[in-house]
Amino acid sequence: MSILLTNISKQFGAFAALSNINLEIPEGELVALLGPSGCGKTTLLRIIAGLEQADQGRVFLSGVDKTTQNVSKRGIGFVFQHYALFRHMTVFENVAFGLRVKPRRERPDNDSITKKVHALLELVQLDWLHDRYPDQLSGGQRQRIALARALAVEPSVLLLDEPFGALDASVRKDLRQWLRNLHHELNVTSIFVTHDQEEAMEVASQVVVLNHGRIEQQGSPSDIYDHPANAFVSRFIGQTNIFDMAEQDADWLQIAGLLPIQHDSKIAHVRPHDIVVEKVTANQAAPATLKDWQHLGALIRLELVKNGSNGSAASVFAEMPNDQFKQLALSRGDKVGFQIRQAHWFQ
Amino acid sequence: MNVVQLPVAKLVARQPQALQDPDWLRWSLVTIAVCFIGLFICLPLGLVIVKAFSKGLEAYWAALAEPDTLAALRLTLLTAAVTVPLNTIFGVAAAWAVTRFDFKGKSLLTTLIDLPFSVSPVISGLIFVLLFGAEGWFGSWLIEHDIKIIFATPGIILATLFITFPFVARQLIPLMQEMGSQEEEAALSLGASGWRTFWSVTLPNIKWALLYGVLLCNARAMGEFGAVSVVSGHIRGLTNTLPLHVEVNYNEYNIVGAFASASILAALAILTLILKTTLEWQQARR
Repeated sequence: MSILLTNISKQFGAFAALSNINLEIPEGELVALLGPSGCGKTTLLRIIAGLEQADQGRVFLSGVDKTTQNVSKRGIGFVFQHYALFRHMTVFENVAFGLRVKPRRERPDNDSITKKVHALLELVQLDWLHDRYPDQLSGGQRQRIALARALAVEPSVLLLDEPFGALDASVRKDLRQWLRNLHHELNVTSIFVTHDQEEAMEVASQVVVLNHGRIEQQGSPSDIYDHPANAFVSRFIGQTNIFDMAEQDADWLQIAGLLPIQHDSKIAHVRPHDIVVEKVTANQAAPATLKDWQHLGALIRLELVKNGSNGSAASVFAEMPNDQFKQLALSRGDKVGFQIRQAHWFQ
Repeated sequence: MNVVQLPVAKLVARQPQALQDPDWLRWSLVTIAVCFIGLFICLPLGLVIVKAFSKGLEAYWAALAEPDTLAALRLTLLTAAVTVPLNTIFGVAAAWAVTRFDFKGKSLLTTLIDLPFSVSPVISGLIFVLLFGAEGWFGSWLIEHDIKIIFATPGIILATLFITFPFVARQLIPLMQEMGSQEEEAALSLGASGWRTFWSVTLPNIKWALLYGVLLCNARAMGEFGAVSVVSGHIRGLTNTLPLHVEVNYNEYNIVGAFASASILAALAILTLILKTTLEWQQARR
């Protein structure tokens, strides 16, 4: 089911949580609403679900205006951040709930409910837990039960609020992959909210970046990473070095290959992997000193320090593959030169 | 295995050393607590029973079988039977309103719920006399229409209703605040109606606290003296509840009668305590 939001605004007292949001999500996409905390992403999700009413603007699901429709009639599946499993019901009853509360005409008979619930529990690989209570489950298990419960009513849209937020790192990694696969399998239009850019890039097919209640950019993960629309998106997605060409001491940046192409842009954002570091001999004039480095698995992150003429020191972060770093055989305090391959320019 | 494990388990369950007070302090605190409970709770309760049976079992039964005592018991039970369900509904509604909606004057409502706790019961009773008494605001209208509220059962019920209305709401509000509304939102998003959500999600989650509140409400409804005393008029066999009946008997030097009625109230109190402990035990086990 496609989702269309037009001109959505929402105020909480004097605080504008969302202002003039226009968003179109085609059918079958797995979309991440990404932004820092307090940017309005959860509010937007709740407005789509009908758990919150927008002050103005309209919500269309499959082209039908659902703005004033109650949450229980919208046919959405919602997975809450803290799962919100019914604590007094077994896992089985939790998943069956959506089927049992259907009006008598549409309600499947008991056998069909039993069959369907077990099928869903098998889908989330937790059928063996069907007679447990929620407080006997781990975080990852609760998350998957919450998902099975939301899927039981065959929603046309699946909405997930910070689905991996409360899980520890290793479980989170597994569940991300699992959610992606599940989405491939079911192909139901899904939106999830996250503040973790890595998670958004890894799981989603479309990413919507929000800040201060506005959409900063919408696009595929690679689009957003390679062509950030503005300085906020560039800073928020991945690591970035920020250089201000207007500063008086910026000559060394031009020597390193950073040339302002567009005449009026003065701020350059450079990804760490777009900086090539090379070793220089001791008597050569070098732009920077290697201060420290960190292992990021396959990559090494180098922290370079450039001492300015007026006593100031600027840090530059560069990344290179592990084996390349070993070949360079650098140690702390070495003089290094660097080349900037590519930059994004902002005002 | 058991021999080895036992001391280990004991070690783990032990209080941290820093929190352990010297023996003399521990024992003196325990002694003070036990003496206090013995002196001010067990002794009076025992005395009630001893006095009630002071003239033998027969006199006790005779005192209880007296028509006035039975009428007082009936009135007490009737009052509780009317006020407890009403205040249960009111308490759930108030707790729901306070914890689930945002509206102007919410903090005022929360404060007002506590009013019956903070006002002396005698004043609560006087309010009703001022409202419905012969000289009160609605007095002449009530006389014209021949409706009796003060010095009659409706007044007793109204006063008890007023006195006991915070109990259920007070039990539920903190619990419902802590639970949040996510489970209810989840039920709604799954297609359940508001009514269905209340019955299958909210009520099961609050049932222990609700029962506990109802129990306390009931205990107070049966035992209330001050407010009821003002509005009842002490008409024997008609507007005397059990606590009032105890007083009347006592003032007339009918010691066995007074303490026999008091023993019913004491038995109700003990029953309430047992139920309350059972509920707490059930709750802890879950």
